[in-house]
Amino acid sequence: MSDPCSLLTCGEATDRQVALEEYTGGLPRWCPGCGDHAILSGVQRMLESEQVVPERTVFVSGIGCSSRFPHYVKTYGFHGIHGRALPLATGIKLSRPELDVFAVMGDGDCCSIGAGHWIHALRYNVDMVALLLDNNIYGLTKNQSSPTTPQGHPSNTAPDGAWLPALNPLTVTLGVTNASFVAQTADWAPSHLYETLRAAHRHRGFSFVRILQRCPVFTPGIFMEAVRKPERIELLVHDDGVRDEAAEELYEHHVAHDPSDLNEARRLAETSEHIRLGVFHRDPSRPTYETTRRLPVFTAEERIAVLTRELDRHAV
Amino acid sequence: MTSITEASRPDAGNDPRATGTPRSMKTPEHVVEIVSDSGEGAQKCGQIFGAVSAMMGNGVWTVEIIPAEIQPPPRSIGSASGNRVRIGAGPVTNWGDRANLVVAFNEQALLARHRLDAIADDAIVLLEEMWADHDDESIRAEWSAAMEELSAATYRIVRVPMEERCLTVVDDARKGKNMFVLGMLATIYARDAERTKDRIDQALHKKSDDVRRSNRALFDLGAAWAEEHLDFRVDVPTAPNDRPMVVMNGNQALGMGAIASGMDFLAMYPITPATSVSHYLAEAFPRVGGIVHQAEDEIAAVVAAIGASYAGKTAFTVTSGPGLALKTEALGLAVMTETPLVVIDVQRGGPSTGLPTKVEQSDLLAALFGQPGDTPKIVLAPATIEECFHCVVTARQIAEAFRTVVFVLSDANLATGVQPFPRPTPDPRWVATLPDQRPVEEGAKPYGWDERTGLSRRIVPGRPGGAYTTTGLAHDDESKIDYSPAVNEKGCRMRSRKLAVFQQTLNPPPIHGDDEGDLLVVGWGSTKGAIEEAVDRARADGRRVSSTHLTFLSPLEPGLKEMFARFEKVMTVEINYSDRRADPFVTEENRRRGQLCWLLRAQLLVDVDCWTRVHGQPLAPGRIVEAIEDRLGIGAES
Ligand SMILES: Cc1ncc(C[n+]2csc(CCOP(=O)(O)OP(=O)(O)O)c2C)c(N)n1
Ligand code: SF4
Repeated sequence: MSDPCSLLTCGEATDRQVALEEYTGGLPRWCPGCGDHAILSGVQRMLESEQVVPERTVFVSGIGCSSRFPHYVKTYGFHGIHGRALPLATGIKLSRPELDVFAVMGDGDCCSIGAGHWIHALRYNVDMVALLLDNNIYGLTKNQSSPTTPQGHPSNTAPDGAWLPALNPLTVTLGVTNASFVAQTADWAPSHLYETLRAAHRHRGFSFVRILQRCPVFTPGIFMEAVRKPERIELLVHDDGVRDEAAEELYEHHVAHDPSDLNEARRLAETSEHIRLGVFHRDPSRPTYETTRRLPVFTAEERIAVLTRELDRHAV
Repeated sequence: MTSITEASRPDAGNDPRATGTPRSMKTPEHVVEIVSDSGEGAQKCGQIFGAVSAMMGNGVWTVEIIPAEIQPPPRSIGSASGNRVRIGAGPVTNWGDRANLVVAFNEQALLARHRLDAIADDAIVLLEEMWADHDDESIRAEWSAAMEELSAATYRIVRVPMEERCLTVVDDARKGKNMFVLGMLATIYARDAERTKDRIDQALHKKSDDVRRSNRALFDLGAAWAEEHLDFRVDVPTAPNDRPMVVMNGNQALGMGAIASGMDFLAMYPITPATSVSHYLAEAFPRVGGIVHQAEDEIAAVVAAIGASYAGKTAFTVTSGPGLALKTEALGLAVMTETPLVVIDVQRGGPSTGLPTKVEQSDLLAALFGQPGDTPKIVLAPATIEECFHCVVTARQIAEAFRTVVFVLSDANLATGVQPFPRPTPDPRWVATLPDQRPVEEGAKPYGWDERTGLSRRIVPGRPGGAYTTTGLAHDDESKIDYSPAVNEKGCRMRSRKLAVFQQTLNPPPIHGDDEGDLLVVGWGSTKGAIEEAVDRARADGRRVSSTHLTFLSPLEPGLKEMFARFEKVMTVEINYSDRRADPFVTEENRRRGQLCWLLRAQLLVDVDCWTRVHGQPLAPGRIVEAIEDRLGIGAES
């Protein structure tokens, strides 16, 4: 199922069974109660159940609390610079399509400094899983407003509350031509998180998952109500999306939503009294950029033969 | 006083042939300019003329004359577009001083060159005459005004009925006048007609047979017209090339060099004058499995290239000034993570958007010092179009061997200059070997620095047992984030050490001229040909001047201090900004100097002076001779 190696040198895929602990990297340094811990567990559980090959996997991130993620997963990782996780991941996947690539970003990372890349990564539709760990605040730099901070929520840069209405990452994402997978889940719904990650990983294309993430240090109140009152949540359920028994039991509001219906997805993504979790959109028919751009690998001799012909064209 | 010859209407007896045998001027070199409105094909004409001249065994340097805008109003000063072709009996390394022959498709283009002082006093000008008695009164008025202005000059202007003649073959003379001109040039310079027509076919290979046929006919027409009407010929002796040659511009050479080096991945964002590298590669690169990724901006481009390189492919990015500024932070990341990367910077005039199409050696210090913190990287600058080809192979190899960023500083002069050079013999060993994918050996670390050299072997994804996280944060040899003083000191030292080690592989640069003297001129990049020609001229006049040209700017080539000590004075010649000594408020202490000058003074503690210009043009050897004489206390500084 995996692509042939673009370096011509990879060994055969192993049939070795990888145990859950083998995905454990360094000891997480996030604050106690930080939603990132739960997200990490969900990701590791998914890696194990999907039997993702550690040495063929790269976790890419930007800068922020959330961007420490790669250090805590025992695969290859690239902890890059603020806002640039997506182009980094794009470069990796475009040049070595056989690698399994994940990009982990905070809301500042993805929706502010990296917003341009976010739009274009959706359009490229490179096959990777992009996780937006959205705590509605800048965590690492200590409490500045982010584009997703709710209007009126105070921070160190807007002590009287954020001036502007919060950006809705779902509607933005669903508005981009070629978006092929858009889902939302929450750090406090572990089984739903796991199922969503699994669906994202199985989708061939750019899988964008916004994960509502609690930051007990700077935004303790923001998701409090949603956590305490399951009736605030509405689940999108469909066999082509995510089915999760535990969540379906806990959350009474369900909408049957066929993720191939983009117009309906856009409607459901609009901000409402409900927080909607599930797969908004999935279109497996869209070609991935690395497939569109894929070329055979040429040996040194073959390259030199082509160059010789190029030089012929310029001979005098 | 300009003399105007109406070659098409000779007075004596009305027989054009009555002029008798044309006068042949034998000369070691000649500078031709062909200028038109953009879109009239003067550039194609110049390129073919240059290529055929190279084929016949002349030294050639062709450079584009680029209008400031894409669609400037026709017949305006700003619309002059075309080529300068300098041909010589020996090698030609630069665009020379002023033009000896100008072919102008309208009088405004001629005026533009005249106002830039680009034309020699005794030049011959072949000028399209259709505007003189054009139906449009305002055009006639412009013509008269131009003739009035030009009358102060001493050119010999020959009026040519280009339009009239071309209309006998095609309906729209705008498409094809350039081939008529090519025909005239072929007659004047005795260029081989068959070879020229082959080149026309080649240049028009995407066009229809009909188009090729009419272009050849126009060529014949121009050749015959010149044969009949022009009373002069120019003889620049040719010597058959003793080895196979290729001819191309610097950006094509960079692109081919990328193929020769085994590059896999180019990520870029369009910017003049760098973009044509990617135009060339967009076509040619896929044939060797190479991808050109046009990213959403320069940051994404360089970051994607870093990603590709990290993943084990050979990657580079191509940019120019403003794009380089955007790549700054990411280049720090590449240095910090020791990810090999080649950055080709085709410099243009700055600051800000500056002079997008013009020449400047603008980015030396930005390349060296653009990043916050210490970011040691290797910087080299090709001096010729041939070097543009070979330096990519070198840069790629250094980037990988030293796990670092290697800058290639080309510029608009090389990018648009076309020159023949000995055909390279590509070698499969130039091509990058595929990275190791075997399981990582026991104990190997992602930054297993050799303490003496700072070198280490990288572990690319895919290798079992190697999983680690690369980070731009301070890290230890296992790539673990670590802010402790000792770890940061060591990381910085290891990355810096590589430059000192690399410098051991370099030789002192050769000296052009004597090993000692009154003045040493120091240059870098595309100015080499002009500087050496100027030094030769000054030496022929008895001046004790030599020059040296630096290829590596970081680290500097060894032996400079000792070399400089053998000269009374040392002066850089550069195309970038410096305060002039006599400027108001400028003192020895606050004078802001040329970029190489700045670097040499800081690095070598030698009192290096500079002569620089930001006129947006390649340097002319004649101006450098004046600067040399001024520095030697002869003549007057301008
Ligand atoms: C170019 C640049 N600008 C600013 C910063 C400072 N910075 C680091 S992380 C960050 C924002 C973090 O917020 P977010 O992306 O939401 O991630 P979180 O920490 O909340 O997980 C900022 C502004 C930086 N590292 N680089
Ligand atoms: S500051 Fe907030 S986001 Fe950052 S680690 Fe602590 S709880 Fe998590």
